[in-house]
Amino acid sequence: MKEKLQAFIENAGWPRIIIGLFLLSLFIAAPMVGVRLDASLSDTLVRVGMNGVLVLAMVPMVQSGCGLNFGLPLGIIAGLLGAVTSIQIGIEGSIGFLLAMVIAVPLAVVFGWMYGQLLNRVKGDEMMIATYVGFSSVALMCMAWLLLPYTSPTMIWGYGGSGLRTTISVEGFWFNALSKHLNIRIGEFFYLPIGMYIFFALMIFLVWGFFRTKTGTAVTAVGSNPEFARASGIDVDKMRTISVILSTVLGAVGILVYEQSFGFVQLYMGPFYMAFPAVAAILLGGASVNKASMVNVVVGTFLFQGILTMTPSVINSVMQTDMSEVIRIIVSNGMILYALTRKVMVKR
Amino acid sequence: MSEGVPLLKMENIGKEYFGNRVLADVSFSLMPGEILGLVGENGAGKSTLMNILFGMSVIEETGGYEGRIIIDGEEKIFKDPFDALEAGIGMVHQEFSLIPGFTATENILLNRESMKYNPLVEVFGDRFKTLDRTDMNNRAVKAIDTLGVTLAPDTLISEMPVGHKQFTEIAREIDRKKTKLLVLDEPTAVLAESEAQVLIEALKKLACQGIAIIFISHRLQEIIDLCDKLVVLRDGRVIQEAKTGETNVRQIASWMVGRQISGVADAAEEKERKFGEVILKTQNLWVDMPGETVRDVSIEVRQGEIFGLGGLAGQGKVGISNGIMGLYVSGGKVFVKGKEIKLNDPNSSLMEGMAFVSEDRRGVGLLLEEGIDWNITFTAMQVQEKYISHLLGGLVKWRDDKAVTKCTEDYIKALEIRCTGPKQRAVELSGGNQQKVCLAKAFAVAPEILFVSEPTRGIDVGAKKLVLDTLRRVNEETGTTIIMTSSELEELRSICDRVAIINEGRLSGILPAKSPAEEFGLLMLGHVVERSPDEISAERCR
Repeated sequence: MKEKLQAFIENAGWPRIIIGLFLLSLFIAAPMVGVRLDASLSDTLVRVGMNGVLVLAMVPMVQSGCGLNFGLPLGIIAGLLGAVTSIQIGIEGSIGFLLAMVIAVPLAVVFGWMYGQLLNRVKGDEMMIATYVGFSSVALMCMAWLLLPYTSPTMIWGYGGSGLRTTISVEGFWFNALSKHLNIRIGEFFYLPIGMYIFFALMIFLVWGFFRTKTGTAVTAVGSNPEFARASGIDVDKMRTISVILSTVLGAVGILVYEQSFGFVQLYMGPFYMAFPAVAAILLGGASVNKASMVNVVVGTFLFQGILTMTPSVINSVMQTDMSEVIRIIVSNGMILYALTRKVMVKR
Repeated sequence: MSEGVPLLKMENIGKEYFGNRVLADVSFSLMPGEILGLVGENGAGKSTLMNILFGMSVIEETGGYEGRIIIDGEEKIFKDPFDALEAGIGMVHQEFSLIPGFTATENILLNRESMKYNPLVEVFGDRFKTLDRTDMNNRAVKAIDTLGVTLAPDTLISEMPVGHKQFTEIAREIDRKKTKLLVLDEPTAVLAESEAQVLIEALKKLACQGIAIIFISHRLQEIIDLCDKLVVLRDGRVIQEAKTGETNVRQIASWMVGRQISGVADAAEEKERKFGEVILKTQNLWVDMPGETVRDVSIEVRQGEIFGLGGLAGQGKVGISNGIMGLYVSGGKVFVKGKEIKLNDPNSSLMEGMAFVSEDRRGVGLLLEEGIDWNITFTAMQVQEKYISHLLGGLVKWRDDKAVTKCTEDYIKALEIRCTGPKQRAVELSGGNQQKVCLAKAFAVAPEILFVSEPTRGIDVGAKKLVLDTLRRVNEETGTTIIMTSSELEELRSICDRVAIINEGRLSGILPAKSPAEEFGLLMLGHVVERSPDEISAERCR
């Protein structure tokens, strides 16, 4: 029994056990301070489904040795372009959602290819450069959103008649396009969007499958030791580019999943900080900057979103003030800090 | 030379690194004003011996040494290089330890600068003294003059030719009043011949002033020109101690490389070995590999042969296989079975049926963080699509993990790789087992030509034998042509049919493995002109 426990702790890693126990204690404490347990649990699970694919977008680049995808906003922008174009065309329901993806994915491939070329020139500093790729692409798109010739009245500024609004509702187009399928509703507060989960699982399966193929194996080897891969006849830059494209595409798909559940498309500064929660989640899940698995994605997303949902609501109720945003920032940035410093220790 | 108490006496010095003996029972002594030449192949233990003498921390960290160091009749134990400096030992390292942005004077007198008093000293202590530039200059000039070279003391190190940097280093050691013994580790390696000549003259002058010198060099002629006596190290033992006047380059070379392991060589002799057509041919191959530049090598290797590439470190032998396999930028022509291959493209080299076991096991040879299974099968999987099952009509190339495990288990058994199973990470294996994994990786490709680079470096004797036996067996059973690069000449001579010696990036010569060791030794050291002992002794202390 003791050995089993020890093996489990070693497998899971202390950080996950501590955070898991903390999360559990929050769930136990919730009813005592007047927070509904079923509502909290439902919130957490919905958020896991919403953010899961964005966290998954970290995996390919981590595996190929490009580090964490701090340039996730680039993929998100591709997704946003798909979203607004689909709304502009005006097709409703799941078809509209599918259309958004069909538009977003090729854009993400192009963006990802360019992003990959850039990262191949800055080997060793990928994460720093990626952060600024993300930031500057957001800044560039701030201008583009104003200038692009979209005309749908649901999306443009009311007073000028041109330029996209900061927040666009997808209600009436493809709100809950995935979530509405097969959802489970228990009581007044508990709601589980099975459709979204099926889609998330499909994405996980595709990425897992990719890393089981010949190319996926080569990508992993490039991440593990580029010199070894080169000596085995692998085109290192090509494999890295493939991984960056894959990450960017997953970012685009991820934001669409997020939006259909959230109900709004957020433009302008919306994508700016989207990379950080995803980075924090996968690191929390036990990934390092050069190894990540599907389990890391699922566990990390659940723990991170759980903490993010539960801490503010419980603490707010205890302290009778609203400091949810502050706590959220401390938790997510603290996680990144923790995980990045841990990497240094492993390398020694 | 005056009789009396020797300046330095080393008695029965021995050293082990992690159970690997690198020095055993080394003894010699040195009189004041005497110059001792220390020669031996790479890895013979010269550097370790000097590290012990200089009290380098690496010795202490790896478990200390055996034996005694006696200076002026007193036993000394050096805890760190400062103790050694205190005892009057100066060391000039192979790599310069100079500050590029400082002048020669500043470097020579670093931390021993002449000081001037000023009132602030009363308040803040000695650290507030200012530099006495005039005196410093004088001291530097004096030290440089002792060497008998012309060197402007106010030149920046960064603007000096290498020769002058070397002189600056030596001048620094001379300025230390206490210096009685100067150790020079291959000081002439970076110098042009004329510069080396000046240095040798300077050292002779120093010796005449009573400073003892230990001089390490691969250029045997210099040893004979400069030194009074020499000590030859091989495999951590003193093989020969001799007066330079009584020997010659040829004899020293044969002492260096030795002529042991005849038993193994004889066994290979018994069978008449048959070779096929020329399978690999290089024409004017050059490879830009840092530290192992290949300048112009043309060789021919025949089918089924075991071909050795030898030579001293840094001369380019390692660059050849790396260049042919496309790992470093290379040029010239390489033909496999008469067909010219594309250089600078590892994939095309692999496709031609060549495989490579790199000398850089941890850097290039292994996926340290992955399991043994991936390490062994990866190259074969990527290049030849082994262990791949095609799904959806060939659209998806799915990794066949079962086949991967099966193959790995076979190799673990065949090569006796000691591990917990196919999934164990490569980083957790010992050096010898890692090397076996590297070999298995190459065998999995089933190559026609196998390049093996330094296959026995850093592994223990048992594993060494297994690796060599495996190579020989594969050569016999499958007729694989093996091109083996090694720093250990004896190893090459024991397994190869022919051995090519590379010197300064060029082919120095190709000899049958059974040729006498001294012939190899001569090739390794390049073309040397012999001078008569009389001529040399006449030159001494002139």
